[in-house]
Amino acid sequence: MTFSPELEQRFAEMAAKYPEGRQKACLIPMLMYAQDEVGYMTEELKEEIAKRLGISVLEVNEVVGYYTMMRKKRMGKTHLQICTNISCLLWDGDKLWERACQKLGIGHNEVTADGAISLEEVECIGACSWAPAIQTNYDFHHNVTPEQLDKLIDDLRKA
Amino acid sequence: MNPSLLHDAPHPAETIVLGKRFRLPNSRSIDTYLANDGYQAFMKASKMTPDEIINEVKTSNLRGRGGAGFPTGMKWSFVPKQSPKPKYIVVNGDESEPGTCKDRVLIQYDPHQLIEGILIAGMSVDAHRGWIYIRGEYRYLIDIMDKAISEAYARGWLGKNIQGTGFDFELSTHTGAGAYECGEESALLESLEGKRGVPRIRPPFPAVSGAFQCPTILNNVETFAAVPGILQMGGQAWADLGIPKAGGTKLTCLTGHVNRPGVYELALGFPVRRMLEEVGGGIRGGKKLKAMIPGGSSCPILTGEEAWELNMDYDSMAKVKTMLGSGGVVIMDEDTDMVKAALRIIRFYQHESCGWCIPCREGTLWLKKLLTRLDEGVGTVQDIDLVGDLADNMLGRTFCPLGDAAAMPMMSIVRKFRHEFEAKLAQKSVSMAGLPQLVSING
Repeated sequence: MTFSPELEQRFAEMAAKYPEGRQKACLIPMLMYAQDEVGYMTEELKEEIAKRLGISVLEVNEVVGYYTMMRKKRMGKTHLQICTNISCLLWDGDKLWERACQKLGIGHNEVTADGAISLEEVECIGACSWAPAIQTNYDFHHNVTPEQLDKLIDDLRKA
Repeated sequence: MNPSLLHDAPHPAETIVLGKRFRLPNSRSIDTYLANDGYQAFMKASKMTPDEIINEVKTSNLRGRGGAGFPTGMKWSFVPKQSPKPKYIVVNGDESEPGTCKDRVLIQYDPHQLIEGILIAGMSVDAHRGWIYIRGEYRYLIDIMDKAISEAYARGWLGKNIQGTGFDFELSTHTGAGAYECGEESALLESLEGKRGVPRIRPPFPAVSGAFQCPTILNNVETFAAVPGILQMGGQAWADLGIPKAGGTKLTCLTGHVNRPGVYELALGFPVRRMLEEVGGGIRGGKKLKAMIPGGSSCPILTGEEAWELNMDYDSMAKVKTMLGSGGVVIMDEDTDMVKAALRIIRFYQHESCGWCIPCREGTLWLKKLLTRLDEGVGTVQDIDLVGDLADNMLGRTFCPLGDAAAMPMMSIVRKFRHEFEAKLAQKSVSMAGLPQLVSING
């Protein structure tokens, strides 16, 4: 399995950042940065990372099964994450969530038929003073109004 | 691409120390940092002995800003000096406690202040390697931090023989991958080592056996970021900004029903009344305050009446059996549905329980089921008692504080707002109607 030269470069530098013999520490960063290119935790990806770190696929699966951001299936080109946790709830984050579900016709961790957008009801994303907040992939959107959400979704559909 | 996190100007009631560079142009660049006192505290520390550095931090009365509030200088002094093992610095940037969004501000606007704090900590315990663990959702902040680290290497503020002091230090970021539990120090260390984030039994504490089983200083982003200011002002002057036993300033995240939510730097001991009325601009829509969570959703909740007369510091909060926590203040006005709030809070802890300890794994699940039932108006009065009993049985029975974090808010909400639970049962209101059912009560 091959990755982009930038990612290979990142992997090459990563090993030296941890004590000798403890390179398993690279596992989570390697999986996360690789996921950005591959899309989700494919069997091939897990086998490749296991091989490179000299650990079993089982050890990789242990980790993949634990962390929420490690995707078990392919998500949309844009992954729309809506926070409904307490501070966002107090600013109607739950209504934004319902609105997005209705508008897209999909639910939690589902993908639109064209693969453009996936939806996730996320736990606190650390934007509590700017509620309600959402993330599209790694980008934050603060103080989101229903109209802004509609426009965002419309723009994503066109893109 | 990522939005601003600051109001245009600081509020006059703020005490700006940590944030003194936040509003400068290009505040995150090393040039801005160096032109505005940057790395001067490190140079000062390089002429001090390790004990002198630690004593200065002790004098400052700095207490851990992640939530537990443990005295920082004391924590550093626990690192065994004679250990033949390498010593490490680990920064907790996993900021995930609902209501908390302050470390974002510190990294987005002044990443070099954090690096300088790490260097000083390293010098105080003879550590030469550090990692900044940042939650995966904050990828743009990891990129900002990586860039700051590269700048510091390029300009000789990281690496070998830093600025001719003879002190070496290597630093890098480490991404998390979505797990609240990894904000707990021992789970964070497991995650750093490439494993599932389940907690370790303690003792030994990280100061003795931390990252890669070596002595480790592990503190929150804000704790490290406070250190350069302490060295520069002097521990006593910094302590005097706050109150006895709680020195300095604290980034406070005002969230929920206030007119001006935001992250503000307030001196320790700042009155809640002024925080809400002046800094926060009052309760949204001129409503009354029903409840306040002082420091992230794991803290026991306060009624509005209790909250008004308090001060924002560790001991004032302890007196009313809650905590200053992480500084994530959640404000709820008179219209807030407390049953729905309780359900949302427990849904979070249930989702985040790592499953390692049975009281937490099972307790959070059953609390979620009970509260779903109560919120849907199909529960019984006994269910209200059961919430309190179940939570009480989780307290203190888990490796890490996540079990307590889930139990404490539930116990306080059902105790202080029991009338709302009973009223909801009486009217059989169904606030979750139309939403997919969260759990199957029968299944």
